[in-house]
Amino acid sequence: MTATAVEPRRRTGNGAAAAPRRTRRVSPLILVFVLVPFAVEAVWVFWPALQGFWLALTSWDGLSAPRFVGFGNFADMVSDPIFRTALKNTAIWLVLFGGLSVIGGFGMALLLQRERRGVGIYRAALFTPVVFSLVVTALIWRVFYQPDGLVDTVFRTVGLGDFIRPWLADPDTALYAVIVPALWRQIGYVMVLYLAGLKAVDPALYEAAKVDGASAWQRTLYVTIPQLKGVNSVVLSVIVIDSLRSFDIVWSMTKGGPYHSSELLSTYMYSTAFQSTQLGYASALAVVIFLLALAVILGYLIRAFREES
Amino acid sequence: MNRLKTGGYHVAMGLVSLLWVAPILWVVVISFRSFDDVAANGLGSLPHSFTFSTYKSAWEDADEFRALVNSLLVTIPAVILSLGLASVAAYGLARYSIPFRRTILLLMLMGNLLPPQILLIPISRFVELIGYYDTLIALIAVHVGFGLGFYTFVLHGFMRDLPREIQEAATIDGAGPGKIYSAVILPLTRPALAALGALSFTWIFNDLLWSITVIRSGEKMPVTPALLGLQGLFVSSWNVIAAGTVIAAVPTVAVFLRFQKHFVGGLAIGAVK
Repeated sequence: MTATAVEPRRRTGNGAAAAPRRTRRVSPLILVFVLVPFAVEAVWVFWPALQGFWLALTSWDGLSAPRFVGFGNFADMVSDPIFRTALKNTAIWLVLFGGLSVIGGFGMALLLQRERRGVGIYRAALFTPVVFSLVVTALIWRVFYQPDGLVDTVFRTVGLGDFIRPWLADPDTALYAVIVPALWRQIGYVMVLYLAGLKAVDPALYEAAKVDGASAWQRTLYVTIPQLKGVNSVVLSVIVIDSLRSFDIVWSMTKGGPYHSSELLSTYMYSTAFQSTQLGYASALAVVIFLLALAVILGYLIRAFREES
Repeated sequence: MNRLKTGGYHVAMGLVSLLWVAPILWVVVISFRSFDDVAANGLGSLPHSFTFSTYKSAWEDADEFRALVNSLLVTIPAVILSLGLASVAAYGLARYSIPFRRTILLLMLMGNLLPPQILLIPISRFVELIGYYDTLIALIAVHVGFGLGFYTFVLHGFMRDLPREIQEAATIDGAGPGKIYSAVILPLTRPALAALGALSFTWIFNDLLWSITVIRSGEKMPVTPALLGLQGLFVSSWNVIAAGTVIAAVPTVAVFLRFQKHFVGGLAIGAVK
């Protein structure tokens, strides 16, 4: 406070000197503020990531020194049936888990967007599972799928007892039996994203469309959906990245089994690394996951930074 | 007609909501059933008994108490550290013309968007190398490092939008960059910090992948991986496993209930930006 009289003069002096050269001296404290977190991330993320890429080109059991094999690991993948299953399952996961959670989340957001009595309760109900960890979700549903559990009881009650099977132990159903709980949790999350997006749409647009005689369906199709472009790209990025990262729920429910029938790239990578200790091959699998995510990440970053400027 | 429509809406949404919470309610019910009841009547039946012994088994025999303590020992410092570091970085990047500030921000965000799988092997080797394998400190460091990019990005967006004038006013009053951060910018960023705090608490608390990569001994496991271990310990004692599941869910549910508004707002961060 006492410096008020002096400061303005000094400030104008600085500004005049700095303006032509277009450089403003940044105080050392600010540099520390930025560089320390950056260094922390460099040590725990950037540097390990680079090592990961390098390890993908090696054959390594974790004990002896890594042996450089070039793209050998990637060539091995072509003839690896488990890799192909995992890739196929990851694609199924992306389409079913991703697609259905977008459809379900968007549908629920449309149904629950208008503030009216009871709507808060419905939103809260759909949202509750998001709070749980995927492991908790997995265990809740494992209890569900047990022989004589609620799933079987429901099937028997409605007269479909013949369909009953060991849902998680049957290679034909394991993957889908894992997708259901993953969806159960994701739909509420996607709904929140869309609710936020819908709230940001200018109500005047609906009014105008209504005046022009657009039906509710037409208003959704021609006003709401185009207005949600931004949210859509966020949702899509979140879904694709989440799908490729998905690990917890599969690991907690089936560990990728039986006979790799529910194996995803992420679970296969983990078991290859830490159970069969083929660290080079596992790194190569991680690079595949990375490459698949990269396209999405780039799309997301380009969007994020277009808005920055 | 309209009343019929409204009624139909509430019946339909009520059913959907019930369907959604049914699995949770049902697991809570099982957690209070005795083993004999479950064995005799099956998991799908209505309860014929009421007991707390399942919770005692999970809490004491399976040592979920220690697992919960471990989780909190990791989660609380990790949340504070990562938000602290992210907020100073975001402050520097958003309020000062640091060279390459956009590149730095971009790199930091990109680091967070990397699939963790690419980091697992190098990080497990790295913590082994520096002698911190199988320690909670390693787990804290991993969570801080991996979360920083996203938190910095979000806080940067908030801090950037604060009006220039308040900072100039503080400068005129003689406040340095450190003082401006702590007395002006940080208090104004509180809503964003609360949202990220609530979110990151659940993310870190709920983590499985990093814990099983960095921690080996059972007595150091946080509650999420410990919960998986419960399955091996109480094979087919689904009532005890249900009790363990309920216990493991309590802290995040508590944080959610306490910070509901921030939590939901936090999830929506970025969706409307």
